[in-house]
This record gives sequence, structure tokens and C-alpha cells, in this order.
Amino acid sequence: MPSLRRPGLLGLYYAVLLVLLYVPIGVLFLFSVNDATVFGFPLHGLTAHWYRDMLRNAELLESLGSSALVAVGSSLTATALGTLAAIALLRFKFGGKPGFLAVALMPLLVPFLILGVALLILFAALDVPRSLWTVGAAHTVVSMPYTLLIVMARLVGFDDHLEEAAQDLGASYFYTLRRVVLPLIAPAMLAAWLVAFTISFDEFVLASFLIGRSPTLPVFLFGQLRFANRFPQVLALAMLVMLVSLSLVVLAERLQRLGTGASLRPPEPAAENGS
Amino acid sequence: MDQRKPPAVELVRLAKQFEGSVAVREVSLSIAQGEFFSLLGPSGCGKTTTLRMIAGFEVPTSGEVRLLGQDVLHVPPNRRNINIVFQNYALFPHLSVFDNVAFSLQVKRVPAQDIRRRVAEALSMVRLPGTERRKPGQLSGGQQQRVALARALINRPAVLLLDEPLGALDQKLRKEMQLELKGLQREVGITFIYVTHDQEEALTMSDRIAVMNLGRALQVDDPRSLYDRPSTRFVADFIGTTNFLSGRLRSREGGLATVEVEGVGDVLAPLPSDLSPGRTLTLAIRPERMRLGRISGDGPANQVPGTVAEIVFVGDDTQYFVRLANGERVMVREQNDAPPAEGNRIQVGQSVPVEWAPASTTILLD
Ligand SMILES: Nc1ncnc2c1ncn2[C@@H]1O[C@H](COP(=O)(O)OP(=O)(O)OP(=O)(O)O)[C@@H](O)[C@H]1O
Ligand SMILES: [Mg+2]
Repeated sequence: MPSLRRPGLLGLYYAVLLVLLYVPIGVLFLFSVNDATVFGFPLHGLTAHWYRDMLRNAELLESLGSSALVAVGSSLTATALGTLAAIALLRFKFGGKPGFLAVALMPLLVPFLILGVALLILFAALDVPRSLWTVGAAHTVVSMPYTLLIVMARLVGFDDHLEEAAQDLGASYFYTLRRVVLPLIAPAMLAAWLVAFTISFDEFVLASFLIGRSPTLPVFLFGQLRFANRFPQVLALAMLVMLVSLSLVVLAERLQRLGTGASLRPPEPAAENGS
Repeated sequence: MDQRKPPAVELVRLAKQFEGSVAVREVSLSIAQGEFFSLLGPSGCGKTTTLRMIAGFEVPTSGEVRLLGQDVLHVPPNRRNINIVFQNYALFPHLSVFDNVAFSLQVKRVPAQDIRRRVAEALSMVRLPGTERRKPGQLSGGQQQRVALARALINRPAVLLLDEPLGALDQKLRKEMQLELKGLQREVGITFIYVTHDQEEALTMSDRIAVMNLGRALQVDDPRSLYDRPSTRFVADFIGTTNFLSGRLRSREGGLATVEVEGVGDVLAPLPSDLSPGRTLTLAIRPERMRLGRISGDGPANQVPGTVAEIVFVGDDTQYFVRLANGERVMVREQNDAPPAEGNRIQVGQSVPVEWAPASTTILLD
């Protein structure tokens, strides 16, 4: 009988998604193109001027720049570290690997609130002033588990005899890394980088704890909620950010599938008919 | 083999232990330069582990690997003058056939012109010219196999290791590649160490074979001797088909032993070494050396009574399963080299003596 009930359960799932995700986002979009500063129906007519205002808002653009900077920096660092750790965890022989992996994945379990407070205290104790650097450091830490897992998935997927084959043909470890391992995991590294970028780009909790004087976009956006007349601009910005994030995630997913897809698998030794 | 040349590969009491299991137990072998040497044995007997220790991918628990007389224990795989063809070929999927074959030359920074020439030579040697720009994924299994071979041979290693390189190919292609590999080996004169679990393949190609079981090399010999004079029951059973009879040494006279097989009778066999009467042993006789009551040769013959239990026609020969007086079944294989004569066709249920020459009997002590 479970097969009969499944459509009902699935329906419930999608109902929750619809009511709590898609409808609110849709409404947000409507108000971002609605020609009024008050929120309520009926709508007053279509306008793009909130989007125009947004693009003329210097403070807003500056926060966008800060976010981009932090996201690029933290995602590159997280990808580099995640890749190195993935190679070490899967290709080197040493004891206690499950322990290492568990520790590496901890950031997935620590609430951002707690991490934020903890880092705040740490930086204060070390006399490190709060700035984009401190936010970037926090973002690097929370993206690392994702980059690690994505790159590990790719490394597990390819034949480790390939590395032995390279060594057998005289290659040093670094030559093997450069000519065999990195090209094969490049799509996964790119996917990992995009995911890390997205995580950083709209992260609010850590940023609000650790930010200095120039806010990142989510922090700025939150501050703007106090001013009712700027609210539609904020909506316009929110839509834009969502669009960018969404495209990055879709792209990352695509890349990851490309990475593990048939085209990059070690070729299957297929039987040949006759000769 | 030339006595002055050091052996290509020498294994001295080589052993490998993994956590919880022993993969290789004190294997000692000496493989001459230019030899086609096979490691033959059932799955899990330690063939791959032995090969990987020679290549340098596994560190032996104890024992030595010598390459051309040099102990290579501390030489990493990329510094050993050995190349390997992996079972699944391990071609680099993102590189073209050209870059795959050229890999070891590119590592050594050989000038581009020389690389082009040598890759072309290597590809024509494996009969794959003109495929330089394709990716391994665009080749058939047999072609991938040849690319792997060209890649491993281009540097002219002292020794080429091959781990079941034909395992993924279909029967017909396998047979062709066996002969081709053998021809190639003779042509390049490189020592081949070939791993297989297929006894027919090993017999076809090898100069010598080491039969392995449970991490040990049980017997090392040329194919003919392995087949005709197996030293253990395992080897006799693993190579070809063998009938076994257990008996007890009754007496000996010159080089010939009389063995009493209980419930069947006395059997004559050449005596391999000094044995005292009363000792239990196993007799091994190949099915094609036995005849059904029609031996026409001169000299002494073994003859035991039996009843035909089953007849299997397999085209070029016929297998008769004969139940002996002690209840054991033996297989007698006769060539169908003449049309069956009407009248004296053998039937199931018929009583018939089984005959074979004493020289076709091997005494095993285990
Ligand atoms: N890395 C390893 N860790 C633990 N045990 C291993 C390892 N490699 C091999 N073994 C064990 O060692 C034994 C020999 O393995 P090996 O791969 O050498 O056998 P093989 O003769 O090549 O078998 P096959 O014909 O199936 O390839 C097996 O019991 C195997 O389980
Ligand atoms: Mg094996």
C-alpha cells in the first residue's frame, strides 16, 4: 500500500514548499516591480525604478563590492584547502582517517550563532580588528566542509590506478598531480568554488558578528529594513542576489555532474567484436 | 640463458602481510632476461600483490626484490626501470592516445620531434597507427589494451609487468592477442612477467610458469614439464584435467613402482624418488593418456576394469566417464580422429577395461 500513499506525502512536501518558499518569493518579486512604497494589494502598476534606484545607491553598491570580495577570497581559500585535504584524506596512507574526516566536517554541525560569538571572542582576544578579513576567515571555515566533500566525491569516483600508472611511467608526485589528478578533478574544484562562493555571498549571521565598518550585502540589506521608503529597493536587490545565487548553484551542480559523468570516467574496457 | 647476465628479476623469500591476511608467503623466483614468465593461480592467491611489489607499489613485509642484480627495496616506482600494464589499462581518460603513449617521454623532457617519431613507432608496433588524436574513451577494449601496451613499452623497460591484460576481452580477441603479445615479446626482447588465472593462456604464451596458491609458488617450470610432471595435486588439478587415484606403494623394481589402488588393483608408475613401501600416495593420470580397453602398444600396460557411466561428445573429442571398481570415476578422453566404426560403438553401462601406459602415471606425495 505505501505506493498509493506516496503521491499524498509528496503533495504535502510540495505544498509546504509552495506556501513557505515560492509564494513569498513570488510576492517579493511583485512588490519589487510595484509602483508604490506601501505593501498591500491592489498593486499599483509596473515599474523598474526600484531596480534603477538600487543601482544608483552608492552605499548599496559598496556593500555589494564587499560581499563579492569576501566571497571570492573565502571561496578560493576554501577550495584550495578543501582540495588539498581531500587528496590527503583519500590518497595518503595514515591512521585515524575517520577521526580526521569527522573533525573536518564539524563546521557543518556548529550553529553559526555559536561560531560567530566564538570567533568574535577569539579575534577580540587576539586584538584583531573586525573587518572584511575576519568575515572572510569565518566564511572560509564554514565552506571548507563543502569543498572537501565535493572534491572527495570526485576523487573517489576515479580510478586510483591512474596515479600509479603515472608514477610507473616515471612521473614524480607533483608531475602526477599537475598532469593527471588536477585536470581530472578540475570540474569538481570549480563546482566546489561556486558552492563556497554562494555560501559566503549571502551569509548573514557570521558577517553581522564579525563585520567592521563596511558591511557586506546581507548586513547592509538588513539595516535598510528600518527605512520603509527604501524597502522596495531592498526587494529589488534581494531578487538580484537570489538570481545570481541560483544560477551559481545550478552551474555548480552541472559541473559536478560533468565531473563524474561518462566523459571523464576511465574508459570501460569494452569487448570488441572480431577484429 | 646466458649465465653471465644477472636475472632480470629475482625474488628472495618475498612476503607480504596485510592487516589480518597474508597475501604472499616467502616466494623465491629467478626470472631470466628476455623470458616470458607467468604467475598463474586462482583468484586471491597473491599474484597481483607479487607484481605490485616488483613494481614498487607495495612494500614487502620481508624479503628482497632484485632488479638486474640490484636490490630495489628503497627505489620508488618512478625510478624503477619497470613498466606495468594494469588490468583495467588505467589509460588517462583526459589525455589523447598520443599524450598517453608519450607520457613517459614527456616526463623525461625528450625533445618534441623525437617524441613524435617514437610515439608513431610505438603505435605502429601495436598495430594502431593514426589513432594519436583520439581519446581512450573512443577506442574499443582491444584498442585500449594496445595503447596501454604501447605506453608501457615506449621507454623500453628492462621488465614489463602485465596484470591479466586480456581479462576484459572476449574469447576470440583474447586468443588473437595471446599470440600477438607473445610475438611482440619475442620481437622486443623485453622480459615479460604475466599474471593470469587462465591456465590455457599461461601454457600458450609462457617460457616458464610459476603456479601459485595461497601466497606460495608451488612449482616453477616450463609449460610441458608442468603438464607432464606436476609436483603437487594442486598443480595437477589446476593445469588441465587430471584423474586422481589414491594408493599405497607395494614394491619397487628398478625405476618402476607397483602401487596398490584399493578395490581396483595394482598400477605401475615411474618412481620419482626413494620411497619406502607402505607409503600412501596419489596417482595422477591425464584423461587423454587413457584408453578404453584397446591399447595396442607393446610393453607393460596398466589395466583396470570399469563401467561406462556417461559419454560426452565435445566435437573434436569424446569424454568417457568410467566408474572403477572402487566407486571412483575417471575421465577418458579420446580423439574423434576417425569416423566411428559401426558395431563396436561403446555404450553407457558397458563394462570396459581402462588402460594406460605406466610412463603416463605421475606419483604425487601430498
Ligand atoms: N590492500 C590490501 N589490503 C588487504 N588485503 C589485501 C590487499 N590487497 C590484497 N589483499 C589480500 O591479499 C590476497 C591476495 O590478493 P591479490 O590481489 O594479490 O590476489 P590475486 O592473485 O591477484 O587475485 P585475483 O586473481 O583475484 O586478482 C587476497 O586475499 C586479498 O584479499
Ligand atoms: Mg589480481
